[in-house]
Amino acid sequence: MGFHDTFFKEEHMKKKGFATIVLLVLLMAGNAFLFAGGQQDVKSTAGDGEVTEIVYWQYYYETKKDLVDTLIGMFEAENPDIKVVHQTFPYEQYNTKVASSVPSGTGPNVINLFYGWLPTYIDSGYLQPLPQQTFSNERIESEFFPLVSAAKFEGSYYALPTAVRSLALFWNKDLFKEAGLDPEQPPRTVAEMIGFAKKLTKTDRTGNYLQVGMTLELRAQMHQWLREVLLRQMGGAPYSDDNRTVTYANKAGYDAFRFFTNLHLVEKIGMPNFMTDDVTAFKSGTMGMTVDGSFRLGTLDAVSTLNYGVAELPEMNGVKSNFASFWANGITSYTTGKQLEASVKFLEFLTSDTAMAMWLKQVGELPAKKDLAMKDEYRNDPKYGPFIRGLEYAVATKFIDENVQRKVWIDAWDEVVLNGVSVEAAVNQAAKTEQQLLDNYYNK
Amino acid sequence: MIRQKTASHSLELTKRRWAYTFLVVPILFYVVIRFYPTFYAFFLSTTDWDIVSKNKDFIGLENYRNLFSDALFWKTLGNTGKYVAYGLPVSLFLGFVIAYNIDRIRLGEGFFKAVYFIPYITSMVAVAWVWRWLYQPAPIGVFNKILMELELPQQKFLFSQTQAIFSILATTIWADIGFQMIIFLAGIKGISTQYYEAAEIDGAGNWDQLRYVTLPLLKPTIVFLIVTGTIRYLRIFTQVLNMSYQGEGGPLNSTKPLVLYIYDTAFRSFDMGYASAMTVVLFLIILTITLIQLRVMKSEE
Amino acid sequence: MKNNRTAIHYVRPLVLTLFGMAMLFPFIWMFATSFKQGADVFNLSLMPKHPTVLNYAKLLRNSNFPWWFANSMIVGLAVTFSVLFFDSLVGFTLSKYRFPGKRLIFLLILSTMMIPTEMLVIPWYIMSNELGWVDTYWGVMFPGLMSGFGTFLMRQFFCQVPDDLLDAGRIDGLNEFYIWSRIAMPLVLPALSALVIFSFIGNWNAFMWPLIVSNKVTMYTLPVGLSFFNGEFQSQWEMVMTGASVATIPVFIMFIIFQKQIIQGIALTGVKG
Repeated sequence: MGFHDTFFKEEHMKKKGFATIVLLVLLMAGNAFLFAGGQQDVKSTAGDGEVTEIVYWQYYYETKKDLVDTLIGMFEAENPDIKVVHQTFPYEQYNTKVASSVPSGTGPNVINLFYGWLPTYIDSGYLQPLPQQTFSNERIESEFFPLVSAAKFEGSYYALPTAVRSLALFWNKDLFKEAGLDPEQPPRTVAEMIGFAKKLTKTDRTGNYLQVGMTLELRAQMHQWLREVLLRQMGGAPYSDDNRTVTYANKAGYDAFRFFTNLHLVEKIGMPNFMTDDVTAFKSGTMGMTVDGSFRLGTLDAVSTLNYGVAELPEMNGVKSNFASFWANGITSYTTGKQLEASVKFLEFLTSDTAMAMWLKQVGELPAKKDLAMKDEYRNDPKYGPFIRGLEYAVATKFIDENVQRKVWIDAWDEVVLNGVSVEAAVNQAAKTEQQLLDNYYNK
Repeated sequence: MIRQKTASHSLELTKRRWAYTFLVVPILFYVVIRFYPTFYAFFLSTTDWDIVSKNKDFIGLENYRNLFSDALFWKTLGNTGKYVAYGLPVSLFLGFVIAYNIDRIRLGEGFFKAVYFIPYITSMVAVAWVWRWLYQPAPIGVFNKILMELELPQQKFLFSQTQAIFSILATTIWADIGFQMIIFLAGIKGISTQYYEAAEIDGAGNWDQLRYVTLPLLKPTIVFLIVTGTIRYLRIFTQVLNMSYQGEGGPLNSTKPLVLYIYDTAFRSFDMGYASAMTVVLFLIILTITLIQLRVMKSEE
Repeated sequence: MKNNRTAIHYVRPLVLTLFGMAMLFPFIWMFATSFKQGADVFNLSLMPKHPTVLNYAKLLRNSNFPWWFANSMIVGLAVTFSVLFFDSLVGFTLSKYRFPGKRLIFLLILSTMMIPTEMLVIPWYIMSNELGWVDTYWGVMFPGLMSGFGTFLMRQFFCQVPDDLLDAGRIDGLNEFYIWSRIAMPLVLPALSALVIFSFIGNWNAFMWPLIVSNKVTMYTLPVGLSFFNGEFQSQWEMVMTGASVATIPVFIMFIIFQKQIIQGIALTGVKG
């Protein structure tokens, strides 16, 4: 480029540059005025006749959000002096979002939390015990499934669910037919399940899976299946009754984990991460059977090409077991006065029979109250029935940190499958890591 | 003579006053928005705070002592080192080669710039999903399918303790090339054609021109890219979070970088005190490296 | 020699094209997936069997989508303007003046790049909460108003501007602010363009802080809003791909506009040799 061009460009740019700067300064000044004042939530500390506003937080799930909006509409119609502000956040970052708001001492009045997170939030004083006059222990224990005791700490309940979840077996009827199996006959026992899975597995000539028999996804639900189902069927138990001691570093634990890893190493009926994850695999019709929760029904029904059935989890050695979990609503400890009254009312509404019945229909999660769930209409429902029947013998693991407690099994798998470590050593290592977590928590 | 000196002295003083004036608002900003929270993290590293509790109990240097015996800390620190050591040179090299060649084609310069820049502006979440498919075993995964067609042994990629980190690095470099390329290209275009003309008269070929003209004159650009690149790769995090299922940095922590471990500790296990201690260590490491790099740059100037 | 040279004129574009196709492949796949639905999503061909724009329709039908898009735009642009102003002013000051504490200030500003942002969000949130910045644009923007990266970049480029040019302005009696804004700034317009691109991209894609500081769904930025599709019961991948494709457009336009500047302008500073 010659000097001449440069000179003219420079002149031209000087003007342009100056205009840009003026614009910049104006914009900066504008910004500060426009936005610094901002819109703020007006929280009414209401006197008589005024409207009390409370804030409810949950994570975003389309049907849940829509249903809660409907429920809030019904609740506000019944209680014209209460206004509920409903805010939702992305699922994956929900816990981060909640935790980050805690140190500021502000946030929602009623909050939806995963039961496995409760110990942390209760310990820190973030939640207050539910008031005895409305939610007495006797009432809760007579109405709800016993598994809600996972929300009970030192004699008080801190949170209650609208709905609970359990696991069931999903099978692909078309693939069953193709493999020469009866598409209406799901496996009743674990042995049968493995036999079916072998027939459902397809590989190419070099042994790559084209289709897998069943899920082996520890990252999804199989770590629950391993911990609360398989281990118990092998005669063991994951933890001591007071939950303080890991109790699977023994024969039952080794047997269960050997059995599980052998499904991949010996039986060759699948692998983790096939098609990236088991939901994708089952949806795309390349997985014969999977283990999942009732909440998955909606996702699967949306796939028009998928023809599947749901059954209770297969039994083994005559033992039936299942894993249950739930999201529960608690009240934050900085909620007082009128807001507390309103929050208690709202929580009562969220745990009413009406709300639970609507929840089952629209979200696909099971009523948390025994009598309601066990109604014949629900018990014998072809899709919800297996989950509800499973609830009768389900256990809710008292997690301290579900991520860590899941990861010990994923790591144990990798040690055995990738590194050829013995099952015993891998299970012992998992038990050691998990015991450390429990000790840190209970000995604080 | 003396008068001139005082004149220039007072000019210097005026300039100095202007300099401080220019810096007032920025310094205020950095102190409140950046340094204060940073010192807060330094302070937290001496406590056992768990985010949600009200107590921040002072525990002295215990968090730091625990770091020494934490195998996972050393492992993730090592992984971070690998990301920097393998990732940065490769992405710098490719970024340069592409910029150099784009500069030398006659047609379609704008087009190629856009092509190589697109990965940089694409959402990492979406891209990570696509790459996870690419790395699947045959017949689903494209890479393994190609290997199969060529009758080469299949690879485990993300499922292997040794290959996973390189598989994630490949994605990272893929996304990073665009950034390096744009700044390199800017630097290359900044070199006056006179130098090349002079070199040509001296009979220098393409290689000599590259070696004796382009590279030496690109030094400010290269220094900038090395310093910021080192920091960027030491802070690597998003890619791994999205590439490994549930962001666990597996298999067996073989891909987990230090910042992911810090994030997990702070926001999944809520151990803010311990996470802060790791942050301080990371900060000191980056600071040391940057100081060395700046010094080297200066001495070579 | 002559033949060799002609050959390279053909080889170079060819190699760039081939390698470029490989670079584009994951992106194209993402784009293709945004036109797929149902089982087609997991059919790994690049051409959708049943191409559909339903994903885009679904995205646009989401009543909050325009908010997310607008919020990202407002935040991205406002922060970019601020960064342009302050980073170049500070970069200029740190390269063209001599004063005590200069090196220390430079290092301190550089050191702000060395702390992972994730570790700062809690103090920021406490601060925002006290000052009433939660759920405001100001709240989303304030941490990014100045950056160590931009300051460093601008300082490097101002170092290349010859002092003579600035002194000429001083002789004309211009004050230092004018020297910076009228003489120095136009000379680094290319660097400013690069800064525009990188700053806009950085803020357009910002995720963690906007998530923490916004409670109202109408205050979300685009990346936060799009993460709704990454749900508990399985990600809606076709929607993630659709969102990512849409989110790329403004950044791409930004790039197309400003990338030309980078080239022209730098050629200009090169003249001084």
